[in-house]
Amino acid sequence: MKWIGVVLLAASFLLPPVFAGDFYVNLASQILIAAIFALSLNLLVGYGGMTSLGHASYLGVAAYISALLTSRYGFGHGLAAIISIAGTTGMAAFFGVVALRATGLGFLMITLAFSQVLWGLAYRMSNVTNGDNGIAGLTRPMPFGISLDSAVSFYWFALIVTVVALLMMTIFVSSSFGSSLKGVRDQPRRMAALGFNPWMIRWITFIYAGFWCGVSGLLYVYYNKYIHPTSLSITSSAEALLGVIAGGSGTLGGPVVGAALVLLLKNYASAYIERWNMLLGLVFLFIVLVMPTGIVPGLNRLARGLQGRPQ
Amino acid sequence: MQFWIIQGLNSLSLGGLLFLLSSGFSLIFGLMRVANLTHGAFFMLGTYFGATALRSWDGLNIWVTALGAGIAVAAIGGLFERLVLTRLKTNPLGQVLVTLGMSFIISDACLMLWGGDSIPVPTPQNLQSPTRVLGFVFPTYRLVLVVCAIGAAIVLYFLLERTRLGAMIRAGVDDRQMARAVGIPVSNLFTVVFCLGAGIAGAAGVLGGPILSAYPGLDADMLPLALIVVILGGIGSLLGAFVGSFIIGFIYTFGTALFPELAYIILFLPMIFVIAFRPQGLFGRLSA
Repeated sequence: MKWIGVVLLAASFLLPPVFAGDFYVNLASQILIAAIFALSLNLLVGYGGMTSLGHASYLGVAAYISALLTSRYGFGHGLAAIISIAGTTGMAAFFGVVALRATGLGFLMITLAFSQVLWGLAYRMSNVTNGDNGIAGLTRPMPFGISLDSAVSFYWFALIVTVVALLMMTIFVSSSFGSSLKGVRDQPRRMAALGFNPWMIRWITFIYAGFWCGVSGLLYVYYNKYIHPTSLSITSSAEALLGVIAGGSGTLGGPVVGAALVLLLKNYASAYIERWNMLLGLVFLFIVLVMPTGIVPGLNRLARGLQGRPQ
Repeated sequence: MQFWIIQGLNSLSLGGLLFLLSSGFSLIFGLMRVANLTHGAFFMLGTYFGATALRSWDGLNIWVTALGAGIAVAAIGGLFERLVLTRLKTNPLGQVLVTLGMSFIISDACLMLWGGDSIPVPTPQNLQSPTRVLGFVFPTYRLVLVVCAIGAAIVLYFLLERTRLGAMIRAGVDDRQMARAVGIPVSNLFTVVFCLGAGIAGAAGVLGGPILSAYPGLDADMLPLALIVVILGGIGSLLGAFVGSFIIGFIYTFGTALFPELAYIILFLPMIFVIAFRPQGLFGRLSA
C-alpha cells in the first residue's frame, strides 16, 4: 500500500510539464520549493523535537545574499550561489550556538526573536535591502548554458534539486546519526548517559537544516526574480511550520504533502478572498485541534486498518 | 546634554510601556508555560479599541477607556483560553501554535475592520501641555506613563505577594502538581491569569496609543519586544519584567537615536548575552 502511494506521488511530479499549462507548471515549481523548505524545517521539528518559528530566516537570507550579489555587485550566479549557501549555513551555525542553549519553548522564542531581527533589518536597512520596495529585476541562472526562463525548464531544474534534497535528507534521517537524533529527541538524558553529546547532535542537525533551507531560498529567488522582506516574516515561517504539522512531522512524505496543501490553499483562497492571514490562522487552529498528528500518519493508520493489521 | 536628557526620558517612558506590555506575558508564561504569541495582537486590539473610542467621543477619559478596553480584551482572551487552550493541556507545542494562529486572526480582523492606514490616538487634553524637566521641555503624557507603569508594578506586586490569589498563583508557578494536590484549582487560575495578562496588554495598548498610534503590524513590532524583555528579565518574574523593560527601553531608544539602522541588532545583543551566560534570565528561577 505504501509503495503505491509513493509511486503515485512520484508520477504526479513527472506529469505537469507533459500536459499542463504554464500556470500549473509554475504552481508545481512553487510546491517543490515549499517542499524543500518544509522538509528542512521537518528535520528540526519532526526528527529533532526542536520547534523553530524562525526558519524563514535561512530562506530569506540566502535569497537576499544571492539577489544583492548578482544585481548590485555583478557576481556570476555560480559564485553568488556558493557564497549565499555558505553564508546561510554559517549563520545557522551561529544562531544554533545561541538558540540551542535552550530547548522547548525557550528555543522557539529565541528562533522567533532572531527571525524578527532579520525581518526588521530587511525593512529598515533600506540603503542595502531597498526596504519595503524589495529587490526586483533579478535573473535566473543558466546552468551548463541552459536557460531556465521558461516555466517547464525551471520546473525540471527545481525537480532535480528537490529529488537530491529529498534523497540527502532521507539518508540523513535513516543513517545512524539520524537514529541518534531521534534518540536525543525522545530521551536526551539517556542518550547523554550512553555517551552521546545531545548538544552536538542537535547543532549539526540545525546547521544541516539551515543549509537545505538556504537551498530552497535560492530556488525561491530564482523563481520569483524578486525578493521582499515578507519572505523573512513570521507568516512565512508559520506557513512552513503549518505545512510540516499538517502533513505530519517526523515523516518524509508529510512535509511535502503539507507544503503542497498550504500552497494550493493560499493560491486558490487568494483568488476568492483577500483574507489569507485569517484563513491561515483558522487552519492552524483546525489542524492543531482536530488532527494534531497530521495527514500522512493519519492515512498510514487508515491503510493499516484496511489491511486488518493491528495499529 | 539636551540630547541625553531628552532621550533618557524617552527611554523611561518606553520602558514603562514595555513593562505594561510584558508583565502579563511573563505571568502567563510563568504559570501556564505558554509562550502567548497572541500578546502583541492583544496589545494592538487595545490600541484600536482606544483609538475608536477616543476619536468617537470627545472628552472621554483615557483612563476609563484603558479600563474598558482592558476588560474587553480580557474577555476575548478568557474565551480563547476556555474554548481553545484548555483543550490542549497536554500539548505545549500545540498551545503555542494556536496562539500564533489566533494572532494571525486578530491582526487580519483589525486590518479588515480598521483598514491599512495608521490611526492616531489623541493625547488627553489636560496632559497636552509640556512639562519642564531640568530646564528642558518634555511631553507630560510620557512622564505620566512612567508613573502609571510604576503604579501598575506596585499593584501587581501586592496582588502577587499579599493576596490569597497571588499566593495561589505563586504556588502554581513554583510547582504546579503540588499546588493541585493541596487543592488549588489550577485550571481556574489559568483562566484568571490569562484574562489578567490579556487585560493588562489591552489597557497598555490604549495607553501606548498616543505615542505609537494604531497601525497594522503594531502587533509584530511589540511581540518581539515583549519576548526580549521576558527572556532578559526571567520568565515568570515580575521584578525581571520591570528591570528588563527599562533596560530594553534605554537600549532601544538610544540605539534608534545613535545607530538608526542597527537598532534592531543592538536590541538583541543583551538577550544573546543573557541566554549564553544566564539562561534563566536576570531574575528568573525557571530556565526557558
